[in-house]
Amino acid sequence: MLKLIFSIILSIALISCGEKKDVSVNKPGGQINGAGASFPYPIYSKWFNEYAKINKDAKINYQSIGSGGGIKQITEGTVDFGATDSPMSNEEIEKANTKNNNSIIHIPTVIGSVVMTYNVPGIDKNINLSPEAITGIYLGTIKKWNDPLITKENPGTVFPDKEIIVCYRTDGSGTTYVFTDYMGKVSEEWKTKVGVAKDVRFPVGQGGKGNEGVTGLVKQLEFSIGYVELIYALQNKLKYANIKNQEGQYIAPNLESLTKAAEQSLTEMPADMRQSITNAKGKDSYPISSYTYLLIFEKQKDAFKGKTLKEFMIWALGEGEKFAKDLGYAPLPPEVIGKALEKVNKISF
Amino acid sequence: MVKEIKSRKKLGDIIFENITLIFAFIIVGLVFYIAYEMFIDSSESRDRFGFGFIFSSDWNPVKEEFGALPFVFGTIVSSMLALLISLPISIGVAIFLSEIVHKSVRTPISFLIEILAAIPSIIYGFWGIFVFAPFMRNTVQPMLQSTFGFLPFFKGSMYGTGLLTASIILAIMITPIISAITRDVLKAIPVSQRDAAYALGATKWEAIKMALLNARSGILGGAVLGLGRAIGETMAVTMVIGNKAQIKASLFEPAYSMASVIANEFAEASGSLHISSLIEVGLILFGVTFIINSMARLLIYSVTRKA
Repeated sequence: MLKLIFSIILSIALISCGEKKDVSVNKPGGQINGAGASFPYPIYSKWFNEYAKINKDAKINYQSIGSGGGIKQITEGTVDFGATDSPMSNEEIEKANTKNNNSIIHIPTVIGSVVMTYNVPGIDKNINLSPEAITGIYLGTIKKWNDPLITKENPGTVFPDKEIIVCYRTDGSGTTYVFTDYMGKVSEEWKTKVGVAKDVRFPVGQGGKGNEGVTGLVKQLEFSIGYVELIYALQNKLKYANIKNQEGQYIAPNLESLTKAAEQSLTEMPADMRQSITNAKGKDSYPISSYTYLLIFEKQKDAFKGKTLKEFMIWALGEGEKFAKDLGYAPLPPEVIGKALEKVNKISF
Repeated sequence: MVKEIKSRKKLGDIIFENITLIFAFIIVGLVFYIAYEMFIDSSESRDRFGFGFIFSSDWNPVKEEFGALPFVFGTIVSSMLALLISLPISIGVAIFLSEIVHKSVRTPISFLIEILAAIPSIIYGFWGIFVFAPFMRNTVQPMLQSTFGFLPFFKGSMYGTGLLTASIILAIMITPIISAITRDVLKAIPVSQRDAAYALGATKWEAIKMALLNARSGILGGAVLGLGRAIGETMAVTMVIGNKAQIKASLFEPAYSMASVIANEFAEASGSLHISSLIEVGLILFGVTFIINSMARLLIYSVTRKA
């Protein structure tokens, strides 16, 4: 009996060994590796999958290790492309360019948003929150749900006299960057006391690991509030707030209001496309949203990889954008796609 | 004839001895190399903060102020508490399995306990946050507060997550290891000893007490292994501990552990001082593990010498 089991295991092992060898021998040019932001991972993996159906040789592998990791790896030259939610800083770009004797470019791919999600028993509609209310809650100056700063924006809703349990992302993340970037723009106190970064020290509250960790906290803690990416609130059927934008309108995060925020910021978009679109102007713009970027060097050393990546990006910015909606991302406005394609066309190999 | 075999094996023995020696050195060398590497990579943080790093409780990546005390506190308190909860349960389980229950029941129960050890820690983490934390918040914590609320440990708001919840999850995770080792140690005590005790008129409890007394060094060894796992546990802890770098007397408050802060912040750490500080936290974790393990060894040594 034992012998039989052993021989079965052995033969399975042998078969799987054989298969592995086949894969690595047959494919020309090898695999293209990328790493970075976890926020766009769902759409990127969809893209790589769909694109592999069109171009059989395009074996693109993406590891969602976080934006910081993506920037580090493209700087070290250990991956063929990187991905990040918050654009690279000037110092980071200079370091990457000099180290690789090359020029790094940012290609925006889709727009994502951060939503304020909450769990208040008895309130099952989307409440309105002003920037003053959000910063007050996260600075610890607003302690209870029936604080006038919250209630006055929500006539007709009865808020309980309960302490607000504040939840935040504890692991460094693009989500936290976008959130604190917004907070820094609407509150001077936030900017000086807490700051804008992927990791900050929150004055109050408790941390969850990852979007799923924060979602878990908010879901199980009554009277809590947290910030997550839109798709996580949708998937977990959590309520999320309409947020007051620059023009005083309460806007729900949806594909239209995200694309609007990007369109309204178009005139100020710099040539390298690194732009923050939080607190965007325009009365239909949702204020906490952001581009997410692919990072790639302009001069590609490996012709096969360069060609495949270039063709892939052209496909992604055209056909690929259609997949965004189903996965909770907003597609880029046509003008931004145009600019991004100009960048892609500069890639040489 | 005997001599012949001996001399024939001699060369093989030498080769074998040396091979095992190399393996042993690889392990020792690896430990020292890891410590050395962490020491070198943490130099920026060590130069900047000195010994104050261990005693400061500021952790603010934006302002580049780093201090490890809340993490050291969180790690030590959560794992000690876990051991405190787990040890009596594990010994109870082991006594039940080795001394009391019939063999036909023992095997399936042992099997189930060992399966607990094979569950990945992320599963414990998600179970902790979605199932166990609400139970803590709605049942256990209100009960503790109404009974022992006069103690500082059970004061304050009840979130469900926090230091106590993390400790209990850890206790569940280390119970299989400690109970399995304790059971094996108890089983290793010769039947003749037990028979002798019974022959002298000892009750069942007295016989078990004698067995436990003789097995104490093994039980302690199991506890050390369990504690080691608790100190290094990352995923399950970070899901339920609350991840706030603070030191509070209340066990209901969120806390943070060394392994968790490294896992949470390392991937996205951008400044070199931030990375260096995280590596120094790793170095301290290494040191804490080393100290606790050596203390436990000393304890076992002194206990066995008396026996």
